[in-house]
Amino acid sequence: MISILAEQIGKSYQHIHALENVSFQVGKGELFGFIGPDGSGKTTLFRILTTLIVPDSGSVTVENLDVLKEYKKLRTMLGYMPGKFSLYPDLTVEENLEFYASIFDTTIQENYHLIRDIYVQIEPFKNRLAGKLSGGMKQKLALSCAMIHKPTVLVLDEPTTGVDAVSRVEFWEMLKKLKSEGVTIVVSTPYMEEAGLCDRVALMQFGKIMKIAPPQQVIDEYRRNLFSVKAENTYKLIEDLQRFPETGSAFPFGQSVHFTPKSPAFFPQMLIDFLLQNDHQNPDVHSIEPGIEDCFMELMTESPDAGDLSKI
Amino acid sequence: MNNSTPIIRVRNLVKKFGDFVANDHLTFDVFSGEIFGFLGANGAGKTTAIRILCGLSKPTSGEISVAGFNIYNQTEQIKRSIGYMSQKFSLYEDLTIAENIRFYGGIYGLKRKEIKTQTAILLEKLGMNDYRDQLIRDLPLGWRQKLAFSVAIFHNPKIVFLDEPTSGVDPITRRQFWNLIYEAAHNGITVFVTTHYMDEAEYCDRISMMVDGQIVALDSPGKLIQTYNAANMNEVFLKLARSSLTEVKA
Repeated sequence: MISILAEQIGKSYQHIHALENVSFQVGKGELFGFIGPDGSGKTTLFRILTTLIVPDSGSVTVENLDVLKEYKKLRTMLGYMPGKFSLYPDLTVEENLEFYASIFDTTIQENYHLIRDIYVQIEPFKNRLAGKLSGGMKQKLALSCAMIHKPTVLVLDEPTTGVDAVSRVEFWEMLKKLKSEGVTIVVSTPYMEEAGLCDRVALMQFGKIMKIAPPQQVIDEYRRNLFSVKAENTYKLIEDLQRFPETGSAFPFGQSVHFTPKSPAFFPQMLIDFLLQNDHQNPDVHSIEPGIEDCFMELMTESPDAGDLSKI
Repeated sequence: MNNSTPIIRVRNLVKKFGDFVANDHLTFDVFSGEIFGFLGANGAGKTTAIRILCGLSKPTSGEISVAGFNIYNQTEQIKRSIGYMSQKFSLYEDLTIAENIRFYGGIYGLKRKEIKTQTAILLEKLGMNDYRDQLIRDLPLGWRQKLAFSVAIFHNPKIVFLDEPTSGVDPITRRQFWNLIYEAAHNGITVFVTTHYMDEAEYCDRISMMVDGQIVALDSPGKLIQTYNAANMNEVFLKLARSSLTEVKA
């Protein structure tokens, strides 16, 4: 059962290719994530899905409705949360929710069960102006407003960007609940670790999809040998790794550096010896499983567009 | 890092907006040349404190000095001793790369000749020589942020304040950005940084965690992870910020 079917979407703004040949399907009731940095084309894509802009080429249907020809009917079935906070800052929390309910000819009471878990957390502040809410609370209100007309498909553009780690965890818990109600959810995020919470993810860069797969499969298909390297002076460690002849890539990850060797013949003792020769105390090198971020970076460095400004 | 010299000294910083206490008796030191992570949930009071440390807003009470200057009556000297960048505001979009550098160099009182030589060195280092006449608005976010950071430390300040400098930046550029931070710290510039990426918190020498206007923890990432019996800083953050939420509800 397909909810969204996108084929060969292209969209350019003057000389910038925002989207190139983007094709994908989202199943009914699926939680589908678009993972990519700012400028990778996620917002453009979401605006096309929600009938707000028209693609230059390609076709898109959502719930079997064409985004160009049947946009009026489709809009009643869509819930959309834009990346930028777009509720009325000079209306209260409750007034915003009432407004969005009335636009879709419904009431808060009628669909309260859908938003209850989220809304109870901001209900104590229902008389506060929306513009005066904290970041996490704004996101909860925006999600409530996007859900109040019981949409079949929910499109969320970076709902957790700039939101602190606690509110982010809570937000994803809410999405899981909505998914269990049968809502199809398309969500984008620049936080790689959130990919693991989706059924499937599309990794995007430079207006293209680099890969679509369930998160575990993305990890299983990582082709390099990955090592965690630790030493007391991380700055010197990174500098020295740049000079190590076997270094394929070396990226800091929290308190360690993730290292991939150039050749399969590499073994950890080679690097330990090198680090000892370069005055590092107690260096530690051991093999680790990659995370989504390692996979994303592997795909990025293999992309022919990497570092090419004219492509962006 | 020289542990004996606090470059930022904060004692009992209080900032109230009406009845609301945004900063509730903050006390901490930041030492010369260290990378200091200033963490906290949205609305915890981080931005309020940063604005005070930058000399942009006055505290309600407290004893605060930044780069040896008093926060109450030496704000102009403070502004000259610091650099600042955030995701929201950094460079002028309708000026080119070279024009932005010249503008900021001029603002901070560098001589024309100095600006010229330093600009050449900087563009070479960032690999942006071929793009010096590109408008900022045409640059990808990652490039802008690297440039914005370099411009913020162009006048060789004692301290640079970075407010969520890497939000939304791709994972490779994010790491290149941190290499620039490490380099600046290595050259003696004190770095005061906020972030929502918890792996980045682990790159800091020390971290303070703010919850509801108060500093609830301050230590090196390794020690915090140990103290709170956590696997990483993300877990430390969740434990600290969550426990405060349950307290409020109870």
